[in-house]
Amino acid sequence: MKVIRSMVLVSVDQASLERGAEKVFHAFIEEIEEFGLSDQIAVSTIRDVGVHEDVPLVIVYPDAAVYAPVRVEDVHTIVEEHLFKGNIVPNLLAMMRGLVPEIAWMRDRRGALPVQKRIVLERAGIVDPGSIEDYILYDGFQALGKALTQMTPTEVITEVDKSGLQGRGGAGFPTGRKWSFVASTPGDIKYVICNADESEPGTFKDRLIVEGDPFSIIEAMTIVGYAVGAHDGYIYIRGEYPLAYRRIGHAIQQAEQYGLLGNNIFGSDFGFHIHPHAGAGAYICGEETALIESLEGKRGMPRARPPYPTTYGLFGKPTVVNNVETLANVPAIIRNGAVWYREVGSPKSTGTKVYTILGNVNFTGVIEVPMGITLREVIDIYGKGMKNGKKLKLVQTGGSSGTIAPASLQDTSMDFDSFRNAGVSLGSGALLVCDEDTCVVDLAKVILRFFRNECCGKCTPCRIGTLRLYEVMTQISEGKASISDLDLMLKISEAMSEVSNCGLGQTASTALRDILKYFREEIEAHIADRICPVGVCPIAVDAPELLPVL
Amino acid sequence: MDTEIKENELDIADLVNEAIEKHGATRDAVVPILSEINRTLGYIPASALPEIRRHIHVPQEGVFLADSHIYSAASFYHLFSLKPLGRHIIRFCESAPCHVMGGREVIQAIQDELSLNPGETSNDMKWSLITTSCVGICGVGPVFLVDDDVYGNVTSERVPEILARYQ
Repeated sequence: MKVIRSMVLVSVDQASLERGAEKVFHAFIEEIEEFGLSDQIAVSTIRDVGVHEDVPLVIVYPDAAVYAPVRVEDVHTIVEEHLFKGNIVPNLLAMMRGLVPEIAWMRDRRGALPVQKRIVLERAGIVDPGSIEDYILYDGFQALGKALTQMTPTEVITEVDKSGLQGRGGAGFPTGRKWSFVASTPGDIKYVICNADESEPGTFKDRLIVEGDPFSIIEAMTIVGYAVGAHDGYIYIRGEYPLAYRRIGHAIQQAEQYGLLGNNIFGSDFGFHIHPHAGAGAYICGEETALIESLEGKRGMPRARPPYPTTYGLFGKPTVVNNVETLANVPAIIRNGAVWYREVGSPKSTGTKVYTILGNVNFTGVIEVPMGITLREVIDIYGKGMKNGKKLKLVQTGGSSGTIAPASLQDTSMDFDSFRNAGVSLGSGALLVCDEDTCVVDLAKVILRFFRNECCGKCTPCRIGTLRLYEVMTQISEGKASISDLDLMLKISEAMSEVSNCGLGQTASTALRDILKYFREEIEAHIADRICPVGVCPIAVDAPELLPVL
Repeated sequence: MDTEIKENELDIADLVNEAIEKHGATRDAVVPILSEINRTLGYIPASALPEIRRHIHVPQEGVFLADSHIYSAASFYHLFSLKPLGRHIIRFCESAPCHVMGGREVIQAIQDELSLNPGETSNDMKWSLITTSCVGICGVGPVFLVDDDVYGNVTSERVPEILARYQ
């Protein structure tokens, strides 16, 4: 296995090319070869560096040092000093004022990579998840104590609002605002629900948080309860996570014994109780209103909204529903303050994000990094490069309901805003990396089959749409479709995203639409030429009409 | 354990009673009660449904529940089965991450080894092969479960050896 420890990016936009970027690129490859570093250092190109005077621009990871303008003569020095000896060459660095914000910001965090920044997973793997003493030793319950004894509920909400924390379940709704809705709704009985029904394919961050640091969720939920005026909380853990369920149950018991859960917490007159609840296997229950229905003992079918759970939630009472990862951020924000939290991440998307890296990379797993790193960084630094040296074809971001980002988008900064502008969703943080051996038809078929299986059947566009899309995609994979079927699929997809009752139907065909947008030729090859370019689909090659006349 | 013998041994009513004692006789306990029964027997027998309803349906307190309400919940969730399954249940993850990492060959190997299609139970009631959505262990895909045992990073070559461990 090739372990890439460093990476060199050479800008190849029009201006850079005119000023010899290609020669610089090749000079890097030669020099790196010369120093015998080819196995450890990857050289690649970056297209979008913004309008910039001093080009070509060269970015070296993991230090995120930006050199510009780089001439062929400079390459030897950079390779020898920086890559071989490990010293950044100060006199060749780019002038800060000349850099566009995205690049300047990248340079700003020089030295921050590949070290991860952990807030959510700070304690996971360090503390004993079965021991409350361990948790307390690592700053546990400090935030709850601070909130209950030094802050009013409104101050807690304001602090979280100022931190800029956005929901990590996929939609990115501002957390503080959600809380203030519930806090301002009149009523004696309110509920806090922790959504741990993490079912998005390729996502297992919430499982790691609950299994590795269950007390942080208990502390966070209690803080939310105090902030919005709720005295009962539910943790809805998916049925496939028995260990997480046991650990949470155990953690609740211990917290109750220590008086950190129950009545009169920290000697205040505030009381809070948490009830664990195990799901029974249904993707749709990750949708907050379906989750509430399921908690009430019914089929997990989403409600019509409005009213939203913030006014009409569990048992008809105002309810906060927060994702596990969102909650795990809360104690750190209360403990260290909003200003501290805002320093992490990019200005518009604050804090860190937990990603799961999957698919055809050398190293799969979970990482927590500041908002705004790029796909290329994730793949090369954390994923340790593509498996078997294959080429990157696409990345599906955010699980099965997420978007498809072709290789050309891998330098876009991953935060809520930049991704939204590029038409990519961050979603649950799953990054499914697919190499050139992946057939997009086959991939789309698997994704559509998932939605056909998981559709709850409540509303017609989704129930019929998911089935029909899967059928047509199967026909394409068997070479039995016609070109007009592609328009049919687009039509169904459009109807589904416009009139489906909930997020499942609205996003079920997101991946399909992106595949049609970026890889239409490959799909058409299945239909028109009856060949699967990658050689995965079961197109019958011995069909009579294809036999050559001998 | 043969499920039929077990069903006779353990009175369904007793089983429901036990579950209700643990989770309460409220509407929101329906799913936990069903889970309990499903875990004990491996499936939810039809006779359990009216039995559960009998405890929760209390018109005097304004709680109205029909058998169909219980059935609607029991038939909705993927982890529940309404018919007896084999002694060993294989749950194979068929979601995109496992698929991309080579799941296609593995499920084919399992099907060939057992001569079963997804959703089927073998005649000797030894195996049930079920495909499932993501089980959240994607870091080590392709993944499948045999009963409660998790197998990750599986290749088609490893399939016969893994299945041979079960009697």
